[in-house]
Amino acid sequence: MKLLTCPMNGTRPLSEFIFGGEYREAPNQDTCTDVEWAAYVHNRSGAPGDKKEWWYHSPSGTWFIAERNTLTDKVSRTYLLGANSDNSDTAQEISK
Amino acid sequence: MPLRLLKFALSKGHPAPRFFRALETPKKSYDVVIIGGGGHGLAAAYYLAKDHGITNVAVLEKGYIGGGNTGRNTTIVRSNYLTPEGVNFYDASVKIYEGLSEELDLNLFYSTRGHYTLAHTESAMRTMRWRAEVNKHVGVESRVVGPDEIAKACPQLDLSCSGQAPILGALFHAPGSVARHDGVAWGYARGADRLGAEIYQNTEVLGIDVKNGKVCGVKTNKGYIETKQVLCAVAGFTPRITEMVDLETPIVIHPLQACVTEPMKPWLNSIFVSGSLHVYLSQSSRGELVMGSSLDPYEVHSTRSTLDFVEGLTSHMLDMFPFLSNVKVVRQWAGMADMTPDFAPIMGKTPIEGFYIDAGWGTWGFKATPISGKTMAQTIANDSAPDLIHSFRLSRFEDYELTGEKGAASVGH
Repeated sequence: MKLLTCPMNGTRPLSEFIFGGEYREAPNQDTCTDVEWAAYVHNRSGAPGDKKEWWYHSPSGTWFIAERNTLTDKVSRTYLLGANSDNSDTAQEISK
Repeated sequence: MPLRLLKFALSKGHPAPRFFRALETPKKSYDVVIIGGGGHGLAAAYYLAKDHGITNVAVLEKGYIGGGNTGRNTTIVRSNYLTPEGVNFYDASVKIYEGLSEELDLNLFYSTRGHYTLAHTESAMRTMRWRAEVNKHVGVESRVVGPDEIAKACPQLDLSCSGQAPILGALFHAPGSVARHDGVAWGYARGADRLGAEIYQNTEVLGIDVKNGKVCGVKTNKGYIETKQVLCAVAGFTPRITEMVDLETPIVIHPLQACVTEPMKPWLNSIFVSGSLHVYLSQSSRGELVMGSSLDPYEVHSTRSTLDFVEGLTSHMLDMFPFLSNVKVVRQWAGMADMTPDFAPIMGKTPIEGFYIDAGWGTWGFKATPISGKTMAQTIANDSAPDLIHSFRLSRFEDYELTGEKGAASVGH
């Protein structure tokens, strides 16, 4: 069974989690152009590599960040947004 | 029956000759370089030569031809889509498929079976009615049928689905077919090769040279190739190629898995799809049940298979066909689906001059192989995309003119 570590609830089966897509910074909607906004809405960095992603622990309603390699499917760390991202205590590999 | 088979049986020249020349090192330059030796890339090479007389073409394939998503799909060909643009496009593909065995002189086992998309809820029935009306309007044979007609077409189907999800009706699409998918790649490869195009296997593209917004060459593991026109037809590898030319797209890669059972006597003529139960199923010419389900739930660039998938799929299969409980699954595999937000492909020109894209084929690419080859060949030859694929252009996203086909995806994704 695949596992993922929720920063609030510890290591849980992957079936309890929902993938929320890549974490991205929104451009300033007051100053950006229509084309920049359209690119933000639609485009994604689809190439494989290390990514910062939103994940959701469904039973507890916790949104958090996972840093994961989309080629190897290994998670290097998970943390709540705003928490110290260098804290590797919760680091957990997604596939056991 | 293709004449070739009869000639081969009567000839003394066994084994059969190669399908295409075994070429090793590409030339220094080509008019057109096609990245990706799957069905789409090979079809584009074939139609470039046949329809437009452009034969100084190299198809570069990093593995072997048809070894990607062309050989990994569940081989269903249909045109019962939701938008008129989609229905017109896929209908053109079905029409080419119907005569393709003759044209390529290769038996593609193209077999028209009829295609039932089952509805288990009122809201699903509403989508079926919508699709049926759009299809009829465009001239494609689709209609909504009730449980009685479904039972007649397939008496083995448990209409109550174990009491979990009773079937209220279905969208019946008469032209729905299956074909031998690797044969499609081989047929187009042989056709293109005979007309002069060159196919290089084990040839990986490492970079694309762009100067002043124009393509000028391709770096490969077998040396540098000068060219002014490049077609990217690499399905699940699209983001890796578009990254080489700094082109942003909405494409995200999710694995899509499938499996087959051991062969059995023919019992299932039609193709059955259940969106709610996430199952699609047909019986191949060899007697195997070919089964697929929804996408894996998160982005991974991998073709690994999972036990979760087989367990989920087979439990729903048994809701529909309880008598299959003793049948064994003998193979499972995955492909990398290049998903778009509106479930329509991305085809045509890009902001980079000479860089053409045939991508975003997600879970719906095999059925479009002939027409995408034909329209991409037109796009390259004329440096202008035909009207048939206007709704699939990359710039539709910045224009906010998406082509919403999610309602016609075979199962909910």
